[in-house]
Amino acid sequence: MREIDSGKITETVARLCQEANFVLGEDVLDALKKARDAEESPLARQVLDQLLENAGIAGDERIPICQDCGTAVVFLEVGQDVHIVGGDLYGAVEEGVRQGYGQGYLRKSIVSQPFSARVNTRDNTPAVIHAEIVKGDRLQITVMPKGGGSENMSRLAVLKPAEGRQGVIDFVVKAVDDAGSNPCPPVIVGVGIGGTADKAMILAKKALLRRVGEPNPEPEVAQLEREILERVNSLGIGPEGFGGRTTALAVNIEVFPTHIASLPVAVNLQCYAARHKTAAL
Amino acid sequence: MMEIRSPLEPQAIEKLSAGDQVSITGVLYTARDAAHKRLIEALERGEELPFDIRGQTLYYMGPSPAKPGQVIGAAGPTTSGRMDVYSPRLIAAGLKGMIGKGARSPEVKEAIKKHKAIYFAAIGGAGALIARAIKKAELVAYEELGAEAILRLEVENFPAIVVNDAHGGDLYEEGKARYRI
Repeated sequence: MREIDSGKITETVARLCQEANFVLGEDVLDALKKARDAEESPLARQVLDQLLENAGIAGDERIPICQDCGTAVVFLEVGQDVHIVGGDLYGAVEEGVRQGYGQGYLRKSIVSQPFSARVNTRDNTPAVIHAEIVKGDRLQITVMPKGGGSENMSRLAVLKPAEGRQGVIDFVVKAVDDAGSNPCPPVIVGVGIGGTADKAMILAKKALLRRVGEPNPEPEVAQLEREILERVNSLGIGPEGFGGRTTALAVNIEVFPTHIASLPVAVNLQCYAARHKTAAL
Repeated sequence: MMEIRSPLEPQAIEKLSAGDQVSITGVLYTARDAAHKRLIEALERGEELPFDIRGQTLYYMGPSPAKPGQVIGAAGPTTSGRMDVYSPRLIAAGLKGMIGKGARSPEVKEAIKKHKAIYFAAIGGAGALIARAIKKAELVAYEELGAEAILRLEVENFPAIVVNDAHGGDLYEEGKARYRI
């Protein structure tokens, strides 16, 4: 049994909230540069240059890449041999979000009473926390600030098994086409296939944590990713929706076994600013 | 790149076409959906709006907080579609320009044509870059809405692109059609 102090968790979450909002990952920057070099549309090339310039300013000056500093989505992998001391785990995470969004001058975008009064909670809590128990004695924390513009374009369908592979492709491509310019393309398309409705959606979100450009290790799934990416980049939406070849930087798919009656498919779109940072304690 | 001033003159709007890149200097007012809801409620009660909306440009934006010494934090556009339900009423009341990101409803496009208004896109997700064009920001109304309060911005060379012009042009439709395979 290894002890981890809750104060250390708070400190780490606060740091990750800021790092994620200020510094865009190298994988995303590389993908944007490649897209710029390959784009046929002069306006699209110009837009991609501006997104790269924006990322440079944000990282250098430590200001948010985007004013929408997101819902703080926090993934925890808790080793079964970890013992948290000094306070409770979720409390420590919430305090980290509160401190991180305060110290970093990040926008507080969370409202309580979502269908009625919509009152800003003023510190960006509560976070959306997904905890998993894993082997070992470490605690891995990932903070993913998720913007509203892309999250609002999420889609879920439970297809008939007869619709199969083609049904999955058509549903995902339509979701990206319908989203158009709203989610700040070029997007990363997170797809969850299988499980139950809730399982498919969390798989879609987790798929967004995979590095851009890294295929699913399963060849059959990697092939599906390539095919959907090609279809999506034929839509013509392009960077910011102004027209072009780069509607998505990647399609990341995660798969889970499902019920004999079901074929759940979830789509979770990520704007070009794919922000997430991870640390292990 | 065309240089234009806000508040917008009818002659300037007349000349703009979908796809034109513009550099805006002058005054913009920020408003997201929560502020729009209040503006419409004020109109329905027959009250005056917190600012004279005639000829003005609304920027659909809620900034991140300014660090000490900064005018404003990151300041990029939010999705305009959430304002669609409110916009025709404001356009009828004299609003001329809107800046955001994403497609508008048929009702908004119709109001743009009918009242000779204009809709621009700013680069979504470029909040750090766009903030450099904002020289002054002051609170106008609804402070309790936090990031959704209405601000009066003074901008210089604010970069935007015409999406829906007063003649029915639509960059999102035209751009997509050009590159669709």
